[in-house]
Amino acid sequence: MAEYLIKNGFVFDPVQGINGDTKDIAIKDGKIVESVGSGAKEIDAAGKTVMAGGVDIHAHVAGPKVNVGRIFRPEDKNLAPWDVARGVRRMAGGFSIPTTYRTGYKYAEMGYTTVMEAAMPPFFAKHVHEEMRDTPIVDQGAYPVFGNNWFVLEYLKDKEIENTAAYIAWLLRMTRGFAVKNVNPGGTEAWGWGLNCTTINDPVPYFDITPAEIVTGLIEANEYLGLPHCMHVHGNNLGNPGNYETTLDTLKLAEGYKAKNNFGREQVLHHTHIQFHSYGGTGWGSFESKGQEIADYVNSQQNISCDIGFVTLDETTTMTADGPFEHHLCELNHLKWANVDVEIETGSGVVPYVYSPDIFVCGIQWAIGLEIALLANDHMRFHMTTDHPNAGPFTRYPRVMKWLMSAQARDEIYAGMKHEDKVRDRTTLGSIDRELTLYEIAQMTRAGPAQTLGLSHMYGSLAPGLDGDVAVYDYNPETASDPELIESAFSNAAYLFKQGELIINEGEIVSNGNKRTLWVDVKTNENAQLQRDITLKFNKFYTVTEKNYEVYAHHYVPNPYVIEIDATQ
Amino acid sequence: MANIVSDVICPFCGTLCDDIEVELSDDGKKILEVYHACAIGAEKILHSQADDRITRPRMQQDDGTWNDVSYDEAAKYTAQILCDAKKPLMYGWSSTSCEAQSVGHEIAEAVGGIVDNTATVCHGPSLIAVQDVGLPTCTLGEAMNRADRVVFWGCNPAHAHPRHMSRYSIYPRGFFTGKGSKSRKVVVIDPRVTDTASLADAHLQVEQGRDYELLSALRVAFRNEKLPDVVAGIPKARIYEAAELLKSGRFVIIYFGMGVTQSLGKNHNIDIAIAVTRDLNDFTKASIMPMRGHYNVTGSGEVLGWEFGFPFSVDLSRGFARYNPGETSSNELLVRDEVDAAFVIGSDPGAHFPISSVQKIAKLPSVAIDPHLTPTTAVCKLHVPVAFVGVEVGGCAYRMDNVPIECRKIVDPPEGVLTDQEFLEKVLAEVRKYKGV
Repeated sequence: MAEYLIKNGFVFDPVQGINGDTKDIAIKDGKIVESVGSGAKEIDAAGKTVMAGGVDIHAHVAGPKVNVGRIFRPEDKNLAPWDVARGVRRMAGGFSIPTTYRTGYKYAEMGYTTVMEAAMPPFFAKHVHEEMRDTPIVDQGAYPVFGNNWFVLEYLKDKEIENTAAYIAWLLRMTRGFAVKNVNPGGTEAWGWGLNCTTINDPVPYFDITPAEIVTGLIEANEYLGLPHCMHVHGNNLGNPGNYETTLDTLKLAEGYKAKNNFGREQVLHHTHIQFHSYGGTGWGSFESKGQEIADYVNSQQNISCDIGFVTLDETTTMTADGPFEHHLCELNHLKWANVDVEIETGSGVVPYVYSPDIFVCGIQWAIGLEIALLANDHMRFHMTTDHPNAGPFTRYPRVMKWLMSAQARDEIYAGMKHEDKVRDRTTLGSIDRELTLYEIAQMTRAGPAQTLGLSHMYGSLAPGLDGDVAVYDYNPETASDPELIESAFSNAAYLFKQGELIINEGEIVSNGNKRTLWVDVKTNENAQLQRDITLKFNKFYTVTEKNYEVYAHHYVPNPYVIEIDATQ
Repeated sequence: MANIVSDVICPFCGTLCDDIEVELSDDGKKILEVYHACAIGAEKILHSQADDRITRPRMQQDDGTWNDVSYDEAAKYTAQILCDAKKPLMYGWSSTSCEAQSVGHEIAEAVGGIVDNTATVCHGPSLIAVQDVGLPTCTLGEAMNRADRVVFWGCNPAHAHPRHMSRYSIYPRGFFTGKGSKSRKVVVIDPRVTDTASLADAHLQVEQGRDYELLSALRVAFRNEKLPDVVAGIPKARIYEAAELLKSGRFVIIYFGMGVTQSLGKNHNIDIAIAVTRDLNDFTKASIMPMRGHYNVTGSGEVLGWEFGFPFSVDLSRGFARYNPGETSSNELLVRDEVDAAFVIGSDPGAHFPISSVQKIAKLPSVAIDPHLTPTTAVCKLHVPVAFVGVEVGGCAYRMDNVPIECRKIVDPPEGVLTDQEFLEKVLAEVRKYKGV
């Protein structure tokens, strides 16, 4: 494999405490190394910014609901021009729900090399893997959803952590999954009857368990197994005025738990797209930000992390396993509504949405995301996401960086709003003049997510021994003054390496790389009760047989990267 | 002891039963018996063993006789007609695996073809309606476990999806439907007294072509508003009764078929059927599901969806994907003489398209890739027999509720017979050679 030396760039690597120093980065045999021989190919990065490859902890990029979005929104294809096939690239199109090829290319162009699919319905795991297989360049993993799964509800009702853990291990293996996702705990099961759970104490119909018990049970099972990532929750009551109280209740459930794993992860709970959960007011008329309360709480607790879910003020497509929320949303905006309830396991919904700067609620949503990120005091625990495509497409990350790094850029957005005063009045963003540094951006976009995922031994830093995932951006932090340069430079990496292979050369994609699918294989003790329950469920209540459930054929996961854990002790 | 392969997936209809058992000869080469499948499914699996099966590609001569050719020659011919054409039609895809579809799409992208599947003459209008108003749906097991109100609208599973009722919709004992068929009220809406209608608690014998009116009347009845005395041939009292029956359920599932998608009103019928489902969600829980026909037509839409963003009638001839059913759909293109080569895989337009379209296919440079002898293979210039997906090779297929299931290989294909995917990979290699890539 070729050796590379990336010379004289401004290097930002929070893990090693490197803050814009001019350094050389060497790559050999797919890894970052101390030094390379004289034959190494040199990349002149003078005047450019060098970071590790980006890591996205939460995006809906592959699987059934993403494809529902693509199929039922032909109009989305008109929101962005198509890329024709050229060189190694396939034809690629779509805006908020791009085709799989565009997903891979666009992430690469932003300097991202790892992307986690945020919600995999286990029953549809094969579909998720087929799409990930057809997404070039980036390494991916997928989080199966557990929070409304009948096995989990039944075991946790009786506080059976060991059985829950054994089931998690089994399902991760069956679906080739990466982590424990927990969406609207209990609420999506209630949606099976057209109901919901909007607080952490609402009992789930029939199963007679509360969301709080599901959250703590899954935290305990997660730590029992010692998985790389912590329990990844999308709390109850998303998107509603006044929901910040539910969010604080959910976050407080993690108090007293300590992470147990061999991956250097300290969190036990990751709360996703927290912007959608930081709302005050008693109705849409009195809608206001509670970003400060949420940011303060997350700041104060070392064992939790969050990603933001920045609203980007675009026309986009919302999609979530939170079925009742999507129904609620379609009642609000009266656009088309897709819903898929999945037997035994979960549900989901998809609704298009236009975040208009002319609507004050959208303006406040935009401000809340930025507010939380600017009030954070440890950006290793506040990660960059737009909950793609829910709050906006992932392709807007560079624009969000611009807003975070420039008060002037934020003021320009404010100035374009129809209800600027109302938006300023109901958030604290206007009074914050903080501008994030590239060091903090590197924490939010690579170092932090890699650590929360338990993958800091592979990603997120330029320390020797880690994967050779390196992005070089044409951005000179010493001379750049126009905030627009941030957006353009971070949308178009000058060079990108994935596992030591040159993917982007002088702004052009020259290779589709060697994408891997990450999954976690946990060895547990034999569990007779679990085996009995699995057989029973498949015999009676599933519509496929137990033998046809597993994602086993080579064409689903052609290039796996398996993280093995022994949880038999 | 009998040599039984269990958990076999039936590659016939969108019901995609996965509990089939197949008995093999002791040497594992011959299929002796098929258990649990319906008559159609069993016949399809057994048919792979037919003595008169074609096992080599054949070119049709000017005088109508056939000459055997090699797979290499067949791949060359296929690549050549696709590359020479300005706008080749690549139709079918519904009876093959997603992996084969994927390779086919790569060919289509390289040659600038039109990719269209059987939805174009089947549930295409449903897909258009979904693009208008969305689709509240669920998996078949969700309906099995919860639904106490089951509606069959313009479909006749007793004949078209024979095991649907026993596996998913009427008879099974689900988690919250422990009494099986006694837990459920069945409503059938069909102008004919079908065998499915004979099982119904209520059969609304709608006047043919009046589905839109009846659906609209249901929406009125849900709201307790006034109806004319008779709508679509049904007295208003029965409509109010049916509306009340649906509203009073805990979980309503509506299954619909070609009776509404391909009759007067087409996609508008589905628009309003979906609106009925949305309405019902104000009172209870309700879902709606198209009864997809071919076992993997759903998969074709899915793969097209993630690769090009549209589920059928995808025109790649301009270097990017366009979608405009009515313009980019197979029959319209054929009738308007807009395509200059025809490539058919995993379906039988010869049997299902209007004769005017089939006549056009017969005049074009054409290839049919199909294990069977069909009216399509009879009119195409080249017939490429391939292995049966789901019998002689595995591969992914999507059930009518979009659930992916990996088909199982039961026996080897006849010696020397390629799979769809293998043949398409040969064609792709030839296309690349031809285009100098």
